Amino acid sequence: MKELGFDAVVIGGGAAGMAAALELEAQGKSVAVVEREDRLGGILCQCIHAGFGLVEFQEELTGPEFAERLEEKMRGRAISTYCGCTVLGIDTEGPEKIVACASSAHGVLRLRAKAVVLAMGCRERNRGNIRIPGTRPAGVFTAGLAQRLVNIEGYVPGRDAVVIGSGDIGLIMARRMSWIGCKVRAVIEILPYPSGLTRNIVQCLNDFGIPLYLSYLTTNIYGRDRVEGIEATPIENGALAPAKAFRIPCDTVLLSVGLVPENELSRDAGVAINPMTNGPAVDSYLMTSVPGVFACGNVLHVHDLVDYVVEESRRAGRFAAAWLGGSRPAREVRVKAGPNVRYAAPSRVEPGRDNKLYFRTMIVKNDAVLEIKLDGKVLRSSKKGHVQPSEMMTITLGAAELEGAGLDSAIEIAIT
Amino acid sequence: MSDTFDVAIIGAGVCGANIARRLCSYQLDVVLLEKEADVSFGVSKANSGIVHGGFHHDPKYLKAALEIRGAAMFDRLEAELGFPFQRCGIVVVAFHEDEMRAVEQLYAQGVRNGAIGIEMCSAERMRDLEPKLSRDAVGGLYAPGGGIVEPYRFVFSLVESAQKNGLELRVGWEVESASREGEAWAIRSSDGRELRARYAVNCAGLFADRVSRAFGAEDFEIKGRKGEYYLLDRLTRAKPSRVVFPVPTSVSKGTLVVPTVEGTVLIGPTANETEDKEDSATTREELDAVLRGARNMIPDISEADVITSFAGIRPTLGEDFTIEASARVPALVQLAGIQSPGLTASPAIGEYVKDILKRSGLVLVEKPDWDPYIERTPHVRDFSPYELDALVAKDRAYGDIVCRCERVSEAEIVAAIRHGHTTLDGIKYFTRAQMGRCQGGFCTYKILKILMRETGMGWEEVTKRGAGTALLGGEL
Repeated sequence: MKELGFDAVVIGGGAAGMAAALELEAQGKSVAVVEREDRLGGILCQCIHAGFGLVEFQEELTGPEFAERLEEKMRGRAISTYCGCTVLGIDTEGPEKIVACASSAHGVLRLRAKAVVLAMGCRERNRGNIRIPGTRPAGVFTAGLAQRLVNIEGYVPGRDAVVIGSGDIGLIMARRMSWIGCKVRAVIEILPYPSGLTRNIVQCLNDFGIPLYLSYLTTNIYGRDRVEGIEATPIENGALAPAKAFRIPCDTVLLSVGLVPENELSRDAGVAINPMTNGPAVDSYLMTSVPGVFACGNVLHVHDLVDYVVEESRRAGRFAAAWLGGSRPAREVRVKAGPNVRYAAPSRVEPGRDNKLYFRTMIVKNDAVLEIKLDGKVLRSSKKGHVQPSEMMTITLGAAELEGAGLDSAIEIAIT
Repeated sequence: MSDTFDVAIIGAGVCGANIARRLCSYQLDVVLLEKEADVSFGVSKANSGIVHGGFHHDPKYLKAALEIRGAAMFDRLEAELGFPFQRCGIVVVAFHEDEMRAVEQLYAQGVRNGAIGIEMCSAERMRDLEPKLSRDAVGGLYAPGGGIVEPYRFVFSLVESAQKNGLELRVGWEVESASREGEAWAIRSSDGRELRARYAVNCAGLFADRVSRAFGAEDFEIKGRKGEYYLLDRLTRAKPSRVVFPVPTSVSKGTLVVPTVEGTVLIGPTANETEDKEDSATTREELDAVLRGARNMIPDISEADVITSFAGIRPTLGEDFTIEASARVPALVQLAGIQSPGLTASPAIGEYVKDILKRSGLVLVEKPDWDPYIERTPHVRDFSPYELDALVAKDRAYGDIVCRCERVSEAEIVAAIRHGHTTLDGIKYFTRAQMGRCQGGFCTYKILKILMRETGMGWEEVTKRGAGTALLGGEL
């Protein structure tokens, strides 16, 4: 069994992994990236639509183009890439981590490193996770699987589809299915507002005349062999109204009902998980509860734009490099999700420097007020024209703002 | 190959598979007929996967005796065939003193049946045996001989072993009619094929009534009783170390919590009569009842751990199993109403049916070259990194992990296909790929490509589980 040593091993070769590796290398560290697919790029490879890169590259790119930009930056840099390698586990041996991974090309490799960056991304929730009852026919796909089948494998999942859930991949796939000549009957969303970005509602549903049913639960899937239809039931005043349920005939169901950070490896390695994000609980260095193990991108919390993934992952790379160089947070202040805020990542900040935070609201509101408080005292207050859960928000807390923080201090983010 | 057999077995579920393997140890030409696209695609694929503890049934029933005998045969079968099986033990939990009276009856019944090692348990003993149990438990029963088995892998390995010893398997072969031609049965399929057999065994599960009529034999009606289940992620905090039963009701053994051999947790089943024996739809109400029932016993069970739900249908006919030579027609053995504990009893049923055939005049001469063992397919998930490295050196396809959730390699997918499992569900039951937390979201397209490469199938021939269940709707 071959064993190799690095300063850092990055698990996952998607946008997050590449960005973290590039930064680690730029800081003079030796890095390996382990990717289970045969090429870098992760999920970007199948996202052939445009809309990526507006923040990162100030131009509109497709997913594969965005991935290519990062790959180009990797070329000629001292980054070892292992594609087609599946990580089996992360073990701690003294001050080092051992990342064991399997591939047909190398057998089992033991990659030894002082730091590990988790960048495994997320997976789609499926029918079982949201407990849709009914039969178990052929023709039920997660939207991401359907996207892979259409965009890379060149197959049509079915001719007559209903999309359950209004997540971005579902919306993109509603448009994609229309383009390849399939009928998309409806998008069914349990919440009173869409789960995807507004631009996707407009460009993928409205432009194609696909109806969006808000506040409807999918209560049944029919069809013994192949899907024959679904049943949608409206939710009125918080309760199902079965008398108003109706059936939509279709031969295909695409599910876009949320994403879950994929942390089985992290859990096995002893990393504590934050129940609010399903990602690792991290400190102000984006370091998990296991010293030397960092996390970034969708494995940390589900982002809506790859541009934010790259920004966060670059920071993770920089923090990991600093940590390898002996740097530690001097002291930290807790960040709490206040009224109408689901979570903030990271949930710790370090006084004395700028700290960038991502957070999500739980409400849809026009003319909202965002307040940042330190121990109840308002540090900042700003007006937001419109807030909604599907659009991630960000702030950078300035070094000066945290000067007054004491040992038990806490920052609170509130949206009202 | 000649289309005349000594014995035709109709139905490749767990009974048919056990009968086939038993008969293949003799010098006989045996054919196993299955209407579905693969074996174990009926009743045997969707059940609790329990080797029962021998205390649930009154000794007056045939099924009580077969359960005890069958359960005792699993260790040897496991040694020969290597299917996932574990004697983890069974507990029955009581929540008040009235339920303890019922538990005492189960205990007495178990002792009369000859169940080995069963004991009455105090609340304290119960908590020692199963620390995840609800604090409300007042006591119960422990049957250390009970266990868990992967039912489809059990059937697959039995059929593979029988095939290795000469069995002819025909899938997609639905019996439509049969008639006596001289000293044999002429059996015809719904698509016009025909074969002959001196003896026939009807173990067609839910459709044993239809097959019986096709042979002009006894008229009876098998009724379906549906059971719905939830499958929980292997990372659930609620995984018990033994099978946990409530006190049974008059119609069923109740909603169980089963730690499966492969590390997931199964909860269910419900029990409801169903008119349509092919209706395996689940319902919100029933699944909610499953969650409530299971949580009552193990409070840690969470909705968030659910990865899928499914329903199985039990074939019911009266109180007991019916296993006998037909009184109406010659050379036909009838098996009907083999519901729980059918899986447990099935090895003994194989033996029992062999004896009925012998009494009916079938001459049994042992095969000198009978080989009870089959080759094991290595499973990457069972290997340490060092072992896996050595395995990949021998066959590189073990290094390509296709299913990340259950850690299944390309080599295992290929093995499934080469063993004749050429539907997505068949591959799933053989390998576990698509059975984990992502339910095939990541690996389905990879399996599709491997399946097409290995078999030469076109995209339009790839199905979930046979005719009518095509995966794809077109090509770009």
